[in-house]
Amino acid sequence: MRFERTPRVAGKERAEAVAKAVFALMAAAMVVPLVLIVSYLVYMAWPSLGWEFIVDVPRRGMTDGGIWPAFVGTLYLVGISLLVSAPVGVLAAVYLNEYAKDNWFNRAVHLAVINLAGVPSIVHALFGLGAFVYAARFGYSILSAALTLAIMTLPVIIASTREALASVPMAFREACWNVGATRWQTIRAVVLPNSISGILTGVILQVSRAAGETAPVMFTGAVFFKSVERGELFPYGLREQCMALSMHLYTLATQVPNVKESLPYATAVVLLGSVLLVNATAIALRVWLRGRKRW
Amino acid sequence: MTAFIKEIEVQDLRLAYDSKEILHGITFDVFRNEILAVIGPAQSGKTSMLRCLNRTIDFTASATVSGTIRVAGEDVRKTKDIFALRRKIGMVAPLPTGLPLTIYENVAFAPRCSGLSRKADLDPIVERCLRQAALWDEVKDRLASLGTALSGGQQQRLTIARALSHQPEILCLDEFSIAIDPVTTMRIEDVLKELRREITIVLVTNLTQQARRLSDRTMFLWDGEIVEIDRTEVIFSGQPRSERTRDYVSGVFG
Repeated sequence: MRFERTPRVAGKERAEAVAKAVFALMAAAMVVPLVLIVSYLVYMAWPSLGWEFIVDVPRRGMTDGGIWPAFVGTLYLVGISLLVSAPVGVLAAVYLNEYAKDNWFNRAVHLAVINLAGVPSIVHALFGLGAFVYAARFGYSILSAALTLAIMTLPVIIASTREALASVPMAFREACWNVGATRWQTIRAVVLPNSISGILTGVILQVSRAAGETAPVMFTGAVFFKSVERGELFPYGLREQCMALSMHLYTLATQVPNVKESLPYATAVVLLGSVLLVNATAIALRVWLRGRKRW
Repeated sequence: MTAFIKEIEVQDLRLAYDSKEILHGITFDVFRNEILAVIGPAQSGKTSMLRCLNRTIDFTASATVSGTIRVAGEDVRKTKDIFALRRKIGMVAPLPTGLPLTIYENVAFAPRCSGLSRKADLDPIVERCLRQAALWDEVKDRLASLGTALSGGQQQRLTIARALSHQPEILCLDEFSIAIDPVTTMRIEDVLKELRREITIVLVTNLTQQARRLSDRTMFLWDGEIVEIDRTEVIFSGQPRSERTRDYVSGVFG
């Protein structure tokens, strides 16, 4: 038998080359805008960038100075929302994936989670306004805004945690049940230790989402301006309003006249930088935990 | 076989997944300290039957079970302590399943689940079970390494060690040799011959010759029904009661 390069083979090779080129082009097309955006932002922000910009407060009617109140405000909002949504989300997902039987109730919960994950943030904002600001009488406050963010991130955390749990092979659970382990003993000894990297990654990715959303905090607790000491670590109380990076960026870009040109860009760079830092942490954590994966 | 004490009594066991009936009312006994081999082609309900014994069938929502199963005289479907029932039955799955824990913890897992936590209590159990499973000499110097890192044959013996760690009175093996080599299989078979002095063994197997080598009695399960259950010599004598049995064990079909 001889291996000849017939016209049919040549055709297949051509198709292969074209397909590969198209896929590669699309992959590259994804990177180009990111690089353009980041470099443009950094270029425009350059005059203002620096440690001083982060720890200083806004000055001269917000046309100059730094972003400290907004930076701390975002830390507050994201931190508190995560304190609520991470435990609730993870525990709910453990129930749904490990305990729940396949009945109408749990199917309804599952459907609700999936649909909630797709609700636009402005709708969450309105919900937060009605539920926390008015109905629960928390007023326009950090508490209301953080809870709104928590509601927004919760379904995604549940979905990603379920996925992480489902990646642990069923055979491990069955082996545990066979030796008389309860479901909880099985979850604690085998399921959680082997899904923790996926769970944490899912949670951390929601940090960046919560930090970037504007509408939910604007409707429920973030304000235009708040007077805070330079570099003050705990400037806000739970029931007070606060500034937030995303909202601040919106304000600088559209509401304040005669802002120093680099200021909104620098704010965007800090927001983007924080988000990328958090994402990088998630990736590092994932790599580290995967290195310890045990099968 | 000492006396004919019934360790397991199964009466008219029926099992259906949704509306599809898998076991059509099977009745048989397993005597204490015997090895009962269960042979039969795939889809004949062998694994499902084992899952009824230790009630891990409960984890399958679509399954409905009827009939009675008694283990050591106790009705398993009415038992108050299902975890104690499962500890009474050691179960070995077809594919070697080392848990993603250390070798030591793989064996200590079941004792820990039932409340033991002192090293002084656990150490002897781990050593005894690993010795019983003929694995001790190979792993005694690396008990802290991962069970999942062992070879397939070693993991299967680890699985057996784990199944013995809760001191079961019955050991059920579900086609334990399909994923391991013949040499390891023979080693495990030797282990089983040792173990039968202490416990009762139900051996589900696709290898009719394995049933012939090991078992006292053999049950031929086909399409959810017992075709024949008798002493192994009779089943393989060339003149079992059923023609289907003869054809199956002599390799005419299946």
